[in-house]
Amino acid sequence: MAYDIEIILNRQLADCLSIPVFITDTKGNLLFYNEPAEEILGKRFEDTGEMPVEIWSTIFKTKEFDGSDIHPKDLPLVKTLTEQLPFHKTFLMESLLGKSEKISLTSYPIIGRTGKFLGAVAIFWRQKEE
Amino acid sequence: MKITLWGVRGSIPTSGPDTRHYGGNTPCIEVSEDGWTLILDAGSGMQRLNSSIKLENKRVDILLTHLHFDHIQGLGFFKALFNPEMEVHIWGPASTLTSLRSRLGKYFSPPLFPVHFRDLPCKLHLHEVENSTFTIGPFVINSRYVTHLGPTIGFRISDKHAVLSYIPDHEPALGPKGLSKDLKWLSGSDLALNSDLLLHDGQFSSEEYKNKVGWGHCSMEDATAFAALAGVKHLMLFHHDPSHTDQQLDKLFRDINHIKGGKMKLDLAVEGTEINLPKVVK
Repeated sequence: MAYDIEIILNRQLADCLSIPVFITDTKGNLLFYNEPAEEILGKRFEDTGEMPVEIWSTIFKTKEFDGSDIHPKDLPLVKTLTEQLPFHKTFLMESLLGKSEKISLTSYPIIGRTGKFLGAVAIFWRQKEE
Repeated sequence: MKITLWGVRGSIPTSGPDTRHYGGNTPCIEVSEDGWTLILDAGSGMQRLNSSIKLENKRVDILLTHLHFDHIQGLGFFKALFNPEMEVHIWGPASTLTSLRSRLGKYFSPPLFPVHFRDLPCKLHLHEVENSTFTIGPFVINSRYVTHLGPTIGFRISDKHAVLSYIPDHEPALGPKGLSKDLKWLSGSDLALNSDLLLHDGQFSSEEYKNKVGWGHCSMEDATAFAALAGVKHLMLFHHDPSHTDQQLDKLFRDINHIKGGKMKLDLAVEGTEINLPKVVK
């Protein structure tokens, strides 16, 4: 079964961008991530293909600026999946090398022509150190 | 399933000596079985359809892939719309903002057309479809949105014997990496999968397509690769570019047929062709 055209076109757009983009289905399962996102995830889409939400969501360690953990339900992508609305948040994310990095995350729902909720897109913006 | 190609040209009618063989009328396909008739798109080919169509059961169903003018310009001249005994069903893509009636009403109103939608004497029924499955007489029809400009669907039409896929306006190779080899990520693949006959956009040569990426259409090479990936048995390239003469189309076909490989049968659609699926008769 082919994906909805709105999902396919989001992937085509992500493929053209130099910013990291993740695309999920309505449950949060990872359908696609582009090359810049591979650097964040530490994995190649060519190697992993799609990833269940239980697996890919545990790869990231996120913290508030005061060092406290961020509850998953407060992460923009989780909120987008729950509320079908766009969200944005800046936080610290521990890189694969264990270094904390300031990241902004924008997420938006993919809502097709007929109003059907089809999935979500998360865009990671790496903040330059001041 | 009997299929008649009444219009195979894209964009604008191009009747003339240079297009006499392939034909100059824009998309209109008649599909019939057991006294039921489907009409796929309502381009200028509808005028030729008018003179031959047999409407035995007082019902006809028009399936519109989208509302670009080359796909609806014949609609106002379809005789069944002006027959009060006829039941006419028009199926077209749903849009977020405006109803099918409202969008078609822009055509069926002055100054574009003298007759208002509401004044058509037939028994008119409008149906908005999306990623849908529905039944008309002996036909089971799947519609899916495909990559084109504006709300556009393709159709997969099955009867007891055969499957016809119809994707006349389609740009499946849109994107930096071109055509996906993974069917899940390939627009229209569900519609075309293992079909007996696919009528598919093949408007451009690969050279022309380089300058027309994003226009919503397909190169002959991409269409052929798309059909091969989907396991299509017979591909007819459709929606010929209005600037292509018969001579140019012959040359383009020789080039593409030379590289196609595999078992798939490949043709350029020719106006007036009749096809009986699964047996092909010219």
